[in-house]
Amino acid sequence: MRDFVIRRLIQSALLLWVVMSLTFVLVRLTPGGPEAAMLEQPNIEPADVERLRERFGLNDPLPVAYVKWLGNAVRLDFGRSYHYLRPPLDVMGERLWPTVQLGATAYAIGLLGIPLGVLAALHRGRWPDLGIRVFTVVGDAAPNWWMALVIIVVLANLTGWFPQGQGRGSPGTWFLHIIIPALILGLGGVVAFARYTRSQVLEVLGQDHVRTARAKGLTEGAVARRHVLRNALTPAITLLGGLLPVLISGAAITEAIFNWPGMGRLFLEAALTRDYPLLLAIVTMLTLATLLGTLLADLLYGFVDPRVRYR
Amino acid sequence: MSQMASPRTDERAAGTATAATAGAMGHNLPAPPAVAQASRRAAMSVGFYRAAWYKLRRDPVTLGAAAVLGLIVLITLIAPLITEHVLHTAPERMVRGPDGRFAILQPPGVGYPLGTDDLGRDVLTRLLHAGRVSLSIGFLVAIISVVIGTAAGLVAGYLGGWVDDLVNAMIQLISNVPFLFVLIILSVLLRPDVMLLSVIFGIFSWPGTARHVRGVVLSARSLEYVTAAQVLGASSWRIMTRHILPNVANIVMVVAGFAVAGAILGESALSFLGFGVQVPLASWGNMLGGSQEMFRRAPWLVYPPGLMIFATVLCVVLVADGLRDALDPRVR
Repeated sequence: MRDFVIRRLIQSALLLWVVMSLTFVLVRLTPGGPEAAMLEQPNIEPADVERLRERFGLNDPLPVAYVKWLGNAVRLDFGRSYHYLRPPLDVMGERLWPTVQLGATAYAIGLLGIPLGVLAALHRGRWPDLGIRVFTVVGDAAPNWWMALVIIVVLANLTGWFPQGQGRGSPGTWFLHIIIPALILGLGGVVAFARYTRSQVLEVLGQDHVRTARAKGLTEGAVARRHVLRNALTPAITLLGGLLPVLISGAAITEAIFNWPGMGRLFLEAALTRDYPLLLAIVTMLTLATLLGTLLADLLYGFVDPRVRYR
Repeated sequence: MSQMASPRTDERAAGTATAATAGAMGHNLPAPPAVAQASRRAAMSVGFYRAAWYKLRRDPVTLGAAAVLGLIVLITLIAPLITEHVLHTAPERMVRGPDGRFAILQPPGVGYPLGTDDLGRDVLTRLLHAGRVSLSIGFLVAIISVVIGTAAGLVAGYLGGWVDDLVNAMIQLISNVPFLFVLIILSVLLRPDVMLLSVIFGIFSWPGTARHVRGVVLSARSLEYVTAAQVLGASSWRIMTRHILPNVANIVMVVAGFAVAGAILGESALSFLGFGVQVPLASWGNMLGGSQEMFRRAPWLVYPPGLMIFATVLCVVLVADGLRDALDPRVR
């Protein structure tokens, strides 16, 4: 167990390092850096750009810049955002809370997929199963950012109002503003959870101990409650880690459409202005979150399923 | 993007995917389906693919989806002919209304069945041409994903050892990268054309294929005829290509379908954000890109491209799903 955690932590650190290095080199090697974005501003002179390049260390040769950046990044110092002129982590900190609100609400909505999956599996082949299957296939195929657009168009035409940004003031306003983006974002989760739960429940239904339980005369309901669901639902915990990156990256588009002031939109802005320190900081932190999420999911899995052996 | 792109579509095969990853970590999960063994059983009766076709013929949903998909592909293939000879337009040309003036932001009407956009271009014409771009990306990505993924999964599963470790490390690396974010950085930096965009998508989508292939290869490796071939002194290359590869064909067809769907969704989302296919070249995604600013004036711009993405992806997913059922010998 301890060896497993240590080995996985080392693996994760290696992966993080590779991702960080690749993004850094990629960002630094390509022409048309931040000065291209700076020069688009009318009142900036080439001399200013040269001064800024010097100040931001863009004139350092690549290996020097790399070592400097990595050394600082290990201490969570990602330099200064070109656009905000502040440390990237400070800027990200302000955007984190809205993203967490949206992500958590969406995740909670996604959990609705679990009862759907159970329902489908217990009624395999009958209408609840078929209905849920249609729902999951359609949910997979419909681009959810397009559904967001359609909702906005329909709402705007019907009521003249549609959610833009975070509602300020009363909890009611807040709810009105968060519920539609969260529904859109959570739909993917509902679909994934429902499909996963269905296959898990079906698998457990086919096992010997379920046959034994039926053979000793338990009702179907008791079999489902006592012998199937407990075994089938525990692995859903692993989805917790897997869904984390989906929620975060899905958030970029949802946030862009609904003007939600979160991390995803911050990233899009940083990409457009070529705010390298901010871009690199966001990718680094997201990769870290993904890796930790996966590790956490694996550990939880072993915690709820005693058959799992770490090696 | 899958939204995004492919990560979500991959979830569909979550059962197998988790089994493969978890298995590598020592989790106690069931072995991958014994496709190979069962296909032998089927071969004794009517032949594997004939049996699959027999099942497929009784599956109206899959057949219907395949027909609609075929229609969409056909229409986009002959799009230049349709737009030139039937609609008398071109994707970059401004159209004129009945009064002879340029038709800018006109709702659907005579001469422009789906309306015109803010530059006075015919939406239907652009929709058809955009389909060529979106579908090309979808199929290119699937090809790249299948070729790299199958090769990697095959050598990793059959040879094992350090090759397996190397492939697994690459899969780990790619699946832990925040996909959409790297994609956006890449497209800002490289300003990719359709080909390069497909290659980038392909690089992110092959690990899904490789995982599935590797799982099947691991179980096929211990089949008796493989052992027999080894005893007879066949080279690894020969065993992999002649004896193991055919086992993988089914799963690859299905995974390729999901790769197409994922790529179309991914491209459209990326282009919608303005990072994918660049104007003036139309794709279903970038046609929607500008529509958000003027949806109050021109709501008709919002529906057609999205519906096309939806219909195409739905058909691809249904066909892949139907193929999976038809090719799975355990489902009778």
